Amino acid sequence: MSRKGLTRRGLAGAILAAAPVASMVSAQPARRRVVVIGGGFGGAAAARHLRLADPSIDVTMIEPKAEFQTCPFSNYVLAGFKTMADITHGYGTLTARHGVTHVRDMAAAIDPAAKTVRLAGGQTLGYDKLVVSPGIDLRWGAIPGYDEAASAVMPHAWQAGPQTILLRSQLEAMPDDGVVVLSIPGNPFRCPPGPYERISMIAHYLKAKKPRAKIIALDAKDAFSKQGLFQDAWKELYPNMIEWVPLGQDGRVVQVIPGEMTLVTEFGQRHRAHVANVIPPQMAGKIARDAGLAATEGSLAGWCPVDPFTFESTRAKDIHVIGDAAIAGAMPKSGFAASSQAKFVARAIAASFAGHPAEAPVYANTCYSLAAPDYGISVADIFRATPGGIVAVQGAGGVSPRTPANAPQFRDQEAHYAEGWYASATREIWGS
Amino acid sequence: MTASFTATICVALATMLAATASGQTFAPPSGATLAATCTGCHGPNGQSAGAIPALNGRTEADLLQAMLDFKNDRRPATMMNRHAKGFSDEEIAAMAREIATNWR
Repeated sequence: MSRKGLTRRGLAGAILAAAPVASMVSAQPARRRVVVIGGGFGGAAAARHLRLADPSIDVTMIEPKAEFQTCPFSNYVLAGFKTMADITHGYGTLTARHGVTHVRDMAAAIDPAAKTVRLAGGQTLGYDKLVVSPGIDLRWGAIPGYDEAASAVMPHAWQAGPQTILLRSQLEAMPDDGVVVLSIPGNPFRCPPGPYERISMIAHYLKAKKPRAKIIALDAKDAFSKQGLFQDAWKELYPNMIEWVPLGQDGRVVQVIPGEMTLVTEFGQRHRAHVANVIPPQMAGKIARDAGLAATEGSLAGWCPVDPFTFESTRAKDIHVIGDAAIAGAMPKSGFAASSQAKFVARAIAASFAGHPAEAPVYANTCYSLAAPDYGISVADIFRATPGGIVAVQGAGGVSPRTPANAPQFRDQEAHYAEGWYASATREIWGS
Repeated sequence: MTASFTATICVALATMLAATASGQTFAPPSGATLAATCTGCHGPNGQSAGAIPALNGRTEADLLQAMLDFKNDRRPATMMNRHAKGFSDEEIAAMAREIATNWR
């Protein structure tokens, strides 16, 4: 394989040496253009790593927002020990230091045949390769009664920003003996441990400020990420405060009535809430679905199938879909996973432009959750591509031990590492 | 032992059967590609932004020994023992070389 690589590099060298031949020069555009849709963990990381991999590539990132607020650590804003400023990141380093062009507009349409992206503002951008990292859209109406208007009363707070602030203010305003009800979706959805960290963080706030309050978590699943670790922590830290209701015990919410602050489950049970946090079912961002990049049937309808080796869409050539929108096999829909995919895809695109052979990918996910500010738990995995899909390396990875020696110290250490993880992961994307 | 053996098999499968539906073949991941899995937590070029140990400025021998010790549960860890088992010994050597050589 390496011999083949050398041969190709040799050939590329020969072409470069022959550059004065006019026809060869004009056959290739002077600069390769990559357009990146989205400025989150996937998109911003792809833009930065494309420029790092090859500064001759012209990289345009389309993102309407001036700054990005991360879902990771937004649960700590709800708990009150982080602020919105702590989870807000600008694009100054990407543009000034890395030479990424940030176009503050919405991508309105993709034409895979013409290889162009049309922006809401009317401009059309051509590309040699397109990276689509639009994140999730919420499936309004999938739970009858839960539409965008309902989210102003029953926040989802599953896209960080004003929704995070709304949910925090509702928690602060609710009565001391109030009831918080969460609705948690079935798989797949953004950030598998996220709802359970959120339960923990709301409990952390209530324990200090409103210890008579209760949390009821209505879940459309019977099992969840880091389940044993979370449930151990709830028992230890927040006894008698949290009731988790799995699918098998009528946990699935089938209707919400915002005017009555009521959530109705499958078998007709009605739950009244002082604060209702409805995390609805999700799908790939609109631009990806409109471009025909998403599956239209089956259990993964609404998400984008990709080649496990390259994240190139199986539905359109030269378009790579990464992050939460993609169907990535064993990889979870997490910001860290998205940036891991972005790093690899950026290197692969640069290699293809240079005529180098592609490398087999190695992807990683590392995800910390806090059950309390001094109680961290984690999941970690290394992933490889196979023709059948992306798989976690067997015998590696997994979650924190359930009964480590000196558990308090171990959990505290992981809580410190959670802070370090966030600092490094966000610096690598948005930071200096 | 079994875990590490399984990981080796899986790694071998991933790199040798590296052909997609389109028939494209792939070279084994380079040290740079492997080491890119470190930076999400340890920071760009191993310059950690927080509590997680920095990797820049460490020697190749030091990095290699640490990773092999994590992989074989000879060194206490919260997470690195889980990560290190995801790589073959040859891949760990390539990562250590890449980091010691190119990360500043």
